[in-house]
Amino acid sequence: MDNTFELSVIVNGTSYQETVDPRILLSDFLRDGLGLTGTHVGCEHGVCGACTVLLNGAAVRSCLIFAPQVHQQEIMTVEGLGTVDDLHPLQEAFREAHALQCGFCTPGFLTTLLPWLEENPNPTEDEIREAISGNLCRCTGYQHIIDAVKLAAEKMN
Amino acid sequence: MKPAPFKFYAPKSVPEVLELLNEHGYDAKILAGGQSLVPMMNFRLVQPAVLVDINNIPELSYIETHGKGVRLGAMVRHSQAEKDPLIKEGAPLIHETIPQIATVQIRNRGTIGGSLAHADPSAELVVVSTALEAQFKIQNQKGERLVPASEFFVGLLMTSMEPEDLLVEIQIPPLPARSGWSLKEVARRPHDFALMGVAAILTLDNKERCTEARMVYLSAGDGPISAPDSANMLIGNEITTELITAAAEKAASDEIDPGSDIHATAEFRRHLANVLTHRALEEALQRAKSGK
Repeated sequence: MDNTFELSVIVNGTSYQETVDPRILLSDFLRDGLGLTGTHVGCEHGVCGACTVLLNGAAVRSCLIFAPQVHQQEIMTVEGLGTVDDLHPLQEAFREAHALQCGFCTPGFLTTLLPWLEENPNPTEDEIREAISGNLCRCTGYQHIIDAVKLAAEKMN
Repeated sequence: MKPAPFKFYAPKSVPEVLELLNEHGYDAKILAGGQSLVPMMNFRLVQPAVLVDINNIPELSYIETHGKGVRLGAMVRHSQAEKDPLIKEGAPLIHETIPQIATVQIRNRGTIGGSLAHADPSAELVVVSTALEAQFKIQNQKGERLVPASEFFVGLLMTSMEPEDLLVEIQIPPLPARSGWSLKEVARRPHDFALMGVAAILTLDNKERCTEARMVYLSAGDGPISAPDSANMLIGNEITTELITAAAEKAASDEIDPGSDIHATAEFRRHLANVLTHRALEEALQRAKSGK
């Protein structure tokens, strides 16, 4: 039984053609197949939000999508946001407000917040807490993350 | 953990899906949003031999008026329904329910039809669609049929659908004039699975007497649990605080069957049901009176 899938996908603006086993999760495909290890794998059952990526612009959990399901679609990972030398304003805000310690959860927060801040340019603190309710951070206690989102909203406006 | 191997199909039309379901029967599982199925596969709680991905069928993603109600294609995603003006207008209880379901990343991917076909008794849409007396359009290669919510959910994670059946549409009938509705739930953190919840709908006549009452509970048994005897206490009467108290107590003590687990005891769940029924009936009553 031929059980492979010829996957064609755009990730961070680059086209890829790869042969995948259909059971490969999008999170593992990005990390192991494409070497984009910015997408982190936490719980693998849709709770922690660490693996959040943008699928056609919408924040989704890449551990709950099989790689063939993104055939001919567009993915953006944290690597598409900014580089070390040229951070995205959202990343700058996270750095300036001390919104990360170990950094494991950070890519998921950033990818969740990017489309959300575009839709909600002037969020209240309650709205920010609601927006990040699908992402777990075990270091910061969230307060600095909330500060960073406020700062990012200012920077991005 | 990673899922066990499976054969993957991504059909582009409903007839192709029905053919695959007919061919593979119990070996096949439909993959809609995957927000419940894929975690279960990752843990190897389920190991389907064949996955039929229905995400490439755009004609299952419509939201339309249907008489004075609305109908939704089974692949409408939660976030699509959440923002839709027809849902807000024609099915306000659904509109109010969706933001309480899971997290934004789940709502961006999870589908209305998938949630209903999964039939988790703690799922808000299962309970709300039962309270709204929704109808489910189901197709297979032999034809299609319309199944009321009361006959669709038959047990824990079980519906009356057969392996060759595909849920294609959900029809939400309109509520009568002077109806009010409410969904109240308690979860340890917002968006977690609720420990207890209730959807309530009340209809009044022009003399303020209750003509119709429905209460349906989540996390209260093996499926959506209705409380017809408590609802009957309200019908024919002007609804007072005393009557609400009596109905809430009856529903919580006699009509639901919650279990105990690591998250809550059955006794605590009954307590929550009593309090939440009270709040839901009060809110539904206010809405029925104000016509909103």
